[in-house]
Amino acid sequence: MDTFIQLTVDALTLGSIYALIALGYTLVYGVLKLLNFAHGDVFMVGSFIGFGVLQLLGGTSNPSVPIWLLLVLVTLAAMAGCAVLGVVIERFAYRPLRDAPRIAPLISALGVSFFLANSMQLLFGAEPRNYDTFSLSNGALYLKGLDIGNVRVSLLRIITISSAFVLMIVLWFLVNRTRTGKAMRATSFDREAAAMMGIDIDRVIVFTFVLGSALAGAAGVLFALRVPTTVSIGFIAGLKGFTAAVIGGIGSIQGAMAGGLILGFAESYTQGYISTKWSDLVVFSILIAFMIFRPQGLLGRAEIRKV
Amino acid sequence: MSEQLAQPEHGPAIGQDEWVARHGQRRSLRGGPLGTLETRLLRVPWWAWLVLFLAAMSLLPLFSSSGYVRRVGFDTVLYMLLALGLNVVVGWGGLLDLGFVAFYGIGAYAYAMLDSDKFGIHLPSLVSVPLIVALGAVVGLLLGLPSRRLSGDYLAIVTLFFLQLFQTLTTNGDNAFGHDLTGGPNGLLNIDPLHAFGHDLIVQHRGVFAVSYYYVALVFFALVFVALRLVNHSRTGRAWRSLREDPLAAEAMGMPVNWLKLMAFSFGAATAAFTGTLFAALNGSVFPLTFYFVLLIIVYTMVILGGSGSMPGVVLGALIVSPLLELLRDPGKSRVVFYLAVLGGVVVAFRFSRKLGLVAAATAAFGFVAHAVAGAVDDRWVAGEHAGGAGGALAHWVIVPSHLAGWVPVVSYVGLIAVGLFLTLVPQRIRLVLLVPTLYLAAFVWENVMLVYPEPARYIVLGVILIALMILRPNGLLGEKRVEII
Repeated sequence: MDTFIQLTVDALTLGSIYALIALGYTLVYGVLKLLNFAHGDVFMVGSFIGFGVLQLLGGTSNPSVPIWLLLVLVTLAAMAGCAVLGVVIERFAYRPLRDAPRIAPLISALGVSFFLANSMQLLFGAEPRNYDTFSLSNGALYLKGLDIGNVRVSLLRIITISSAFVLMIVLWFLVNRTRTGKAMRATSFDREAAAMMGIDIDRVIVFTFVLGSALAGAAGVLFALRVPTTVSIGFIAGLKGFTAAVIGGIGSIQGAMAGGLILGFAESYTQGYISTKWSDLVVFSILIAFMIFRPQGLLGRAEIRKV
Repeated sequence: MSEQLAQPEHGPAIGQDEWVARHGQRRSLRGGPLGTLETRLLRVPWWAWLVLFLAAMSLLPLFSSSGYVRRVGFDTVLYMLLALGLNVVVGWGGLLDLGFVAFYGIGAYAYAMLDSDKFGIHLPSLVSVPLIVALGAVVGLLLGLPSRRLSGDYLAIVTLFFLQLFQTLTTNGDNAFGHDLTGGPNGLLNIDPLHAFGHDLIVQHRGVFAVSYYYVALVFFALVFVALRLVNHSRTGRAWRSLREDPLAAEAMGMPVNWLKLMAFSFGAATAAFTGTLFAALNGSVFPLTFYFVLLIIVYTMVILGGSGSMPGVVLGALIVSPLLELLRDPGKSRVVFYLAVLGGVVVAFRFSRKLGLVAAATAAFGFVAHAVAGAVDDRWVAGEHAGGAGGALAHWVIVPSHLAGWVPVVSYVGLIAVGLFLTLVPQRIRLVLLVPTLYLAAFVWENVMLVYPEPARYIVLGVILIALMILRPNGLLGEKRVEII
């Protein structure tokens, strides 16, 4: 039972991070119908921005601001940095290709992903960066927490999970309750019709990239709070995030959240009960199963092709 | 009416699939002597080009007896094979297959298992190689099946995941239910060289890479090229192209769209597996990480650069990119490549005009002045060693400090990207003025940051090529122009 609780908490932590990444994919895909391969690397850059800001603020062993403010500042900086990065990528690598055959922006996105990962390696090297959150007020983030049965859920995990959910709620609000969100949904539904109704498509797309990339940045920091980050995590993170988006139904926001959590649970339980090595295989099998039995994903709409 | 049908060249014989299939050949030719030359060259039959090309390639070992050059030549031929294989899927089928190099890996691993001491099996190459090609084709088919409709993005993600899965399986295969199948991260070693009729084809001859493998690879290349060309000019090939241009129309014409996609997939996979056997036989060892994202991007760059869809194009792409990557390994050669590329880029941008001279002179002057000023302010700013050694005027032109503060590479590199991107947005006149310091900044970054770490630097070059190509020239060097059907 204790193992089960532990694994469930693990799954929630992992799943909420996957969900944040998946949201970026699903938002961009919804509006542009583009699989943004560079998204995983934006996530990676986010974790590095967070690390840089953390060092600027004195590092974890000697922070110059209170802990809560430190965490908030680091996350906000990563979100802002990634938002800028996302907008730049959109402007220079995707926008010129908006009317090209669909394979063109995909290849451009591959190039961006490769470029980002290698540029980061050029500038910062391949060695892992550890946030070393244990040093924050003598390990309080790890030692304190909530007791469920015999299992202690550390404060850090609670922070990770809750901030991910807060971000998702904010996103839901932005998309469903604001004017820009409405424009986004309209664009996603039918770009041409939306343009004819006077929606500035370029602005909506930029806004989408801002949202998606900011979420990736936040996910990068939340991920790196517990695990050392390297320049090569972007590939796997992007892959898992996209898989989560597909499972949930690409283009659907609730779907991305659900998909991320499903992926988190699948991976966590496989690692706990079967083997740490083969979790990728399980995730792949789930993906294939969805492709065969429900290609539109859990909450997605079946694509109707109009001629 | 009947005359028109008898002579399809003289008029649009609408409705004939030959006419549709040849749309690429009917593009307008240039006038003048260049146009005449082009027309003449186009009349040379394809097999004559192939023979000419093979003859030129087979001369390579005569020029240099160094094992390194031969080895690079061999790798280039392998890349040409891979590019041909990927071209089937991406160029002809129009499908984004991101698991392509996994099939290469499957070929290599299969050969390693069938011809090594690992399981004590030593099949003759004439048996194992065709077996592996068939295996590659079948696995390709199976992978394509799940995403029934195989629409672009789903296919991309399934295949990319397949690549990841291949990594997982090979890396963890040293303990699959208690059996050691793949040797894990340590790979498989002591693989047999190619052998047939009781003879081994040796890899090393007196310590130098034997030239025989180079020729074997060339023969393989010729075989694959001819086979794929025949396929491309068959009914299936034409169907692929129609599928690429407009899947919906193809389906409406009664083409078995799904089956065609699977075929393209399978052909690409078989070619990759075939190449993999050659790779394993030559190296004598295989490791999981050889077949990963980096290799995928390299092959994609080749296909896109050469022109996806064009067989001579992708071969040319491999012929450019593979030696380029080798040159970029070495700081001295890498420097030459960089300055030549910048020069070439500026020439292409301005043609041979007064502006070109102006920009070149201004950049040169800017550099010498900047160097002199920096030297006057502080000796250490210009006292650095040029990586790989640079003599002559260059040493007095680019600033290379003896010690770089930690922030300098980051700021200069990010700044270069920012300025470079900004230049594409501003009007021509401002761009001309800003170009001079930008070029100098590029030289500074190249000398101080990129040359120091060749490994990520050369991949960055690949990424930039890929993005720039997609935006500036998506049909590559020799690719046929896509006809937009509205």
